[in-house]
Amino acid sequence: MFVTISTTGTAGSPATDLGYLLHKHPGKAQAFSTSHGTAHVFYPEADAERCTAALLLEIDPVALVRRGKGKGRGGAPDAALAQYVNDRPYAASSLLAVALSSVFSSALRGVCNARPERAAAPLPLRIEVPALPARGGPEIVRRLFAPLGWTVTADPVPLDTAFPEWGDSRYVRLLLESERLTLAEALRHLYVLLPVLDDAKHYWVSADEVDKLLRAGEGWLAEHPEQKLITSRYLSRRWSLTRQAMERLELVRLAEADDSEVEDIDNAVEAETETEEKPTPLAVRRRDAIVEALQASGAARVLDLGCGQGQLVQALLKDPRFTEIVGVDVSMRALTIASRRLKLDRMGERQAARVKLLQGSLAYTDRRLTGYDAAVLSEVIEHLDLPRLPALEYAVFGAARPRTVLVTTPNVEYNVRWESLPAGHVRHGDHRFEWTREEFRAWAHAVAGRHGYDVEFVPVGPDDPEVGPPTQMAVFVQRNETGKEAKAA
Amino acid sequence: MTGTQHEGRALPVTDLSLVVLVGASGSGKSTFARKHFKPTEVISSDFCRGLVSDDENDQSATRDAFDVLHYIAGKRLAAGRRTVVDATSVQQDSRRQLIELARKYDVLPIAIVLDVPEEVCAERNAARTDRADMPRRVIQRHIRELRRSLRHLEREGFRKVHVLRGVEETEHATVVTEKRYNDLTHLTGPFDIIGDIHGCSAELESLLSELGYTDGVHPQGRTAVFVGDLVDRGPDSPGVLRRVMAMVKSGNALCVPGNHENKYGRHLKGRNVRHTHGLAETVAQMEQESEEFRTEVRQFLDGLVSHYVLDGGRLVVCHAGLPEKYHGRTSGRVRAHALYGETTGETDEFGLPVRYPWAEDYRGRAAVVYGHTPVPEATWLNNTICLDTGAVFGGKLTALRWPERELVDVPAERVWYEPARPLRSEAPGGHDGRPLDLADVHGRRAVETRHAGMVAVREENAAAALEVMSRFATDPRLLPYLPPTMAPTATSAQDGYLEHPVEAFAQYARDGVARVVCEEKHMGSRAVALVCRDAEAARRRFGVGGAPGAGGAESGGGPTGSLYTRTGRPFFDDGRTTEEILGRLRSAVTDAGLWDELGTDWLLLDAELMPWSLKATGLLRGQYAAVGAAAGAVFPGALAALEAAAARGADVDGLLDLQRERAADAAAFTAAYRRYCWTTEGLEGVRLAPFQLLAAQGRNLAVLAHDEQLALIDRLVEHDGSGLLQTTRRLYVDTGDPESVRAGVDWWLEMTGRGGEGMVVKPLGALVRNPEGRLVQPGIKCRGREYLRIVYGPEYTRPDNLARLRQRFLNHKRSLALREYALGLEALDRLAGGEPLWRVHEAVFGVLALESEPVDPRL
Repeated sequence: MFVTISTTGTAGSPATDLGYLLHKHPGKAQAFSTSHGTAHVFYPEADAERCTAALLLEIDPVALVRRGKGKGRGGAPDAALAQYVNDRPYAASSLLAVALSSVFSSALRGVCNARPERAAAPLPLRIEVPALPARGGPEIVRRLFAPLGWTVTADPVPLDTAFPEWGDSRYVRLLLESERLTLAEALRHLYVLLPVLDDAKHYWVSADEVDKLLRAGEGWLAEHPEQKLITSRYLSRRWSLTRQAMERLELVRLAEADDSEVEDIDNAVEAETETEEKPTPLAVRRRDAIVEALQASGAARVLDLGCGQGQLVQALLKDPRFTEIVGVDVSMRALTIASRRLKLDRMGERQAARVKLLQGSLAYTDRRLTGYDAAVLSEVIEHLDLPRLPALEYAVFGAARPRTVLVTTPNVEYNVRWESLPAGHVRHGDHRFEWTREEFRAWAHAVAGRHGYDVEFVPVGPDDPEVGPPTQMAVFVQRNETGKEAKAA
Repeated sequence: MTGTQHEGRALPVTDLSLVVLVGASGSGKSTFARKHFKPTEVISSDFCRGLVSDDENDQSATRDAFDVLHYIAGKRLAAGRRTVVDATSVQQDSRRQLIELARKYDVLPIAIVLDVPEEVCAERNAARTDRADMPRRVIQRHIRELRRSLRHLEREGFRKVHVLRGVEETEHATVVTEKRYNDLTHLTGPFDIIGDIHGCSAELESLLSELGYTDGVHPQGRTAVFVGDLVDRGPDSPGVLRRVMAMVKSGNALCVPGNHENKYGRHLKGRNVRHTHGLAETVAQMEQESEEFRTEVRQFLDGLVSHYVLDGGRLVVCHAGLPEKYHGRTSGRVRAHALYGETTGETDEFGLPVRYPWAEDYRGRAAVVYGHTPVPEATWLNNTICLDTGAVFGGKLTALRWPERELVDVPAERVWYEPARPLRSEAPGGHDGRPLDLADVHGRRAVETRHAGMVAVREENAAAALEVMSRFATDPRLLPYLPPTMAPTATSAQDGYLEHPVEAFAQYARDGVARVVCEEKHMGSRAVALVCRDAEAARRRFGVGGAPGAGGAESGGGPTGSLYTRTGRPFFDDGRTTEEILGRLRSAVTDAGLWDELGTDWLLLDAELMPWSLKATGLLRGQYAAVGAAAGAVFPGALAALEAAAARGADVDGLLDLQRERAADAAAFTAAYRRYCWTTEGLEGVRLAPFQLLAAQGRNLAVLAHDEQLALIDRLVEHDGSGLLQTTRRLYVDTGDPESVRAGVDWWLEMTGRGGEGMVVKPLGALVRNPEGRLVQPGIKCRGREYLRIVYGPEYTRPDNLARLRQRFLNHKRSLALREYALGLEALDRLAGGEPLWRVHEAVFGVLALESEPVDPRL
């Protein structure tokens, strides 16, 4: 990875003073050992008018992978194949930021005993980063650097010129120019913003990131219009690290075995809602509608099938009428997060006895799920491929047979009312289908008929006269209760 | 049952039972138990007291001690092990708990009472330091309670009661282990198991002669087994009884009772039963018979045992079906189950009880053959089969030959009795509505394979597989196989190479494999194709399409197969593209004449689908092309800067050379992945290279030698008119012949030199064991030098990198490859053998779970 810093000068204040400011002699090529490889500093040009310092960081990709993990089980490093073929040796990632701070540590602090007045003063600067990974593309690069006084040129790098249809890569060729900034400020901007722009994957993090951010951001971060974005992205790396630690490596390996990206498979939990709860009003209304319907049904022992992160389980716990609440999900990640949300490990014994989280799958019948009063399938069926819906139908209505079953699913007709949703798109990347009211009713009536239930439909959210409500809910009630008692006996 | 006094009494004790010793403290129960039972069979309350309190005589620990005792006893009984409880058990309440325990696990409770005089007990206790201070009144109380109990032990529920009076008798008694009545595991047949007859005497006679019996005797000494319901409804119940009773008496037949015999037997004993469901006919017919015959019948019916376990435990015969936990058990519940089956408590529209679909849940190893519920056809379901094909309702009388598993039937001569409801299959939703159960796949498991014994699956791997299987995979019915992973060749020491074929040939030579085939490794994605002759064949064999339980959104025709990735995901999101590919494949199979030649109407193939970019676009763009783009963006500037610095006299020559090499490596990397990408338009440009036929009806083809395999596949490719199929180039090598090995190496060098991915070396015989009897690797991959850049990174060929990368550990990968191979073969064997879906799925799921084991992904 590579970055150049250039300045211009005159005979009175020669450009070569850059050497003093950086504490690196323009006549020499020097090498420094850093934690991820060797950093070389050299000057492709150095005279009074123009002086350019280049930092070239040689990342050792083999060492990057072997780091930490030894022989283990069959020599398996606990990491995805993606790490073996990665852009770190080429792209200006967070590793470059680390190298900058260690090779130019004095310059970063603005210390220069030889030329203190130049260190304190703005100078004409031109910084080139030929391959900058930028999540969010050139636009976000401009939003981050421009407010700091830079003239920004950010050109996207195409993925592969042989396949123009693939479009642009996540890298931009960045050129920053300014005459209003000191070198120390410039370096501090890079130090913070390179990792912020970098893709979410990181390989290191230290415990004192907040301090580092505050130090490096002194004097500019507080007023930056994108301060929130910068802070959250910069610090999210710590979250990423913990996330990586709890990552279901088994799933990573299955994705890999299939030449898929991990995100394609390990996507049961949406990234945005992972850290904080930001329920959309619709989610709240849906939950209220479900709780209300459950209360009306008189159910005490309730299954939440596809409980996800446990929001509904949490809501049900607040009502003592529900004496047993079982959250079932196929995603271990979702269950882990649900367990954290519910604070199961710290809950009082009596409360804890009311709630249980299980890994389960509605593609299979499951004896553990028989004998309950009610089951909720909230926004679940649309995550199944249609041909596999009969298996779910049998598992729930044929085998588990709770007295009451609530099923909610999006009403696709309502999608035209979502302003942010492009026409013809589903609401969530993993939705395998979205039904009209007609389609949902046809399915629900057929299911009810086959398994001896009566079904009614309840709109959830504003019931638009033309396209109906955003969410549709079916309430199934078993027609003949003797069946249930016999099963339970 | 009072014990009569004589020397050396033999006490019969059933081999699976709960034996309760009853006696006062000091009566010698522990000594008796030690003498007559295995130490592990005996659980004493003293021992359990010690377990929970560190003191065998701590009476305050009694309650907890008995919890432990009951728990251990329960575990043993559940596992089918005889258990002896060594506690005083002089109080009725403590015995009641033990009887409940025996009933819970459906074993016989047996009491052995040691009625020893008080003085003897006291003397013995006094001799023991830990009981020396036990008050005399305790022993007195024990003896009082014991005496009081003696009279009603049988009424309490003990099925055998042995009372030993006095020291003498106790010391001289011996325990004789008795088999259960239902345990006929020593009989191996062969058997002809005959379904519900219901008085259809003529049909019975035709069936017996069809089976080869003459006058109730089979010339080859076969044994007939009747599943019950001999009587009622039909024209000649006495005739049927006469025939069956004679055969049983002469040792040519076994018979289990049906609910109809049971009811008639109660009638014969004078009980008041309603003469419904055809009993009236039997009673009337039997009125014509002699009193003597009726007495014989009554005794015969009285002596029938509810079910039999036969043929080393491989076969269970009973009337109404029996869950595995009741096999070989003895209790009223087991008998009721065997005779009547389980009902859900509901009644159907004809007013008949709805039967619990126990066979759907059945996962036992023994085949269960039964009757009771009339069905139109006898079919296997989860290793169970119902032979009641409604002879009396005008259906047919069916027999099953065991162990041949052949069905023999004769049609009913007429409708003898109008059924209350039409005959129909028992399972809800029929063949296709029957789901898999979580218990088949969840948690830590061991899958038994015929080629490599037990293969263990860890819980965390099963959890990951469950998620992928449930959320992304193809319908399990169309997912009968997943390909195993493959180990790479041993690491090469040759300059510039990490992998080289020499090691692969040497490995097989060491394993005693003389001849191998080298198959070109295609540059695509692994794809498994299941292709059926038509949608009807898919429906018939795999139960998909046109399902009455389908969600309504499924279109008419139904799928004709599947095409899926190595983790079971459908290759294409839309079914139409899949069907289009399957259609082309089907034409090739048809034109090559393979349907008839293989005697099948479905075929499972292992293949490679190209280009790689078709499926791996995300990975290509997100990872490979991205790395190429970053490298392409950074090097021109960096090299120019270094050249400028060098021109200024800076000492950057070494660095400049190095960066030039890195730039060249990065360019080579980009060239390497580009070979895997080409643009496709619909199916235009898509290629499928089948390289192994896996299975067809009745045959696991994966064990076929590779030259025969490839000959069949070549015919497929020849007969493909659509341009979809692509041949697999191959070269045969003799591992012991240096010339031949050199030719193999040259072939590989030539192929990979042109950018090919490499090759897979396989033993010609496919399924091969080494001289030590262990399975050899079914294939070893030798990947090309350039291809490995995509795996190990652009710069892996640099000497210092290679030196470090050679430190790779292959053992786990090899073991994984073999375990997955064994599971894959197992799935194919089970599929070809027509085993139930859950059995096939169990092995397939195992492969997926193992794929999530931690192993270096670069291997």
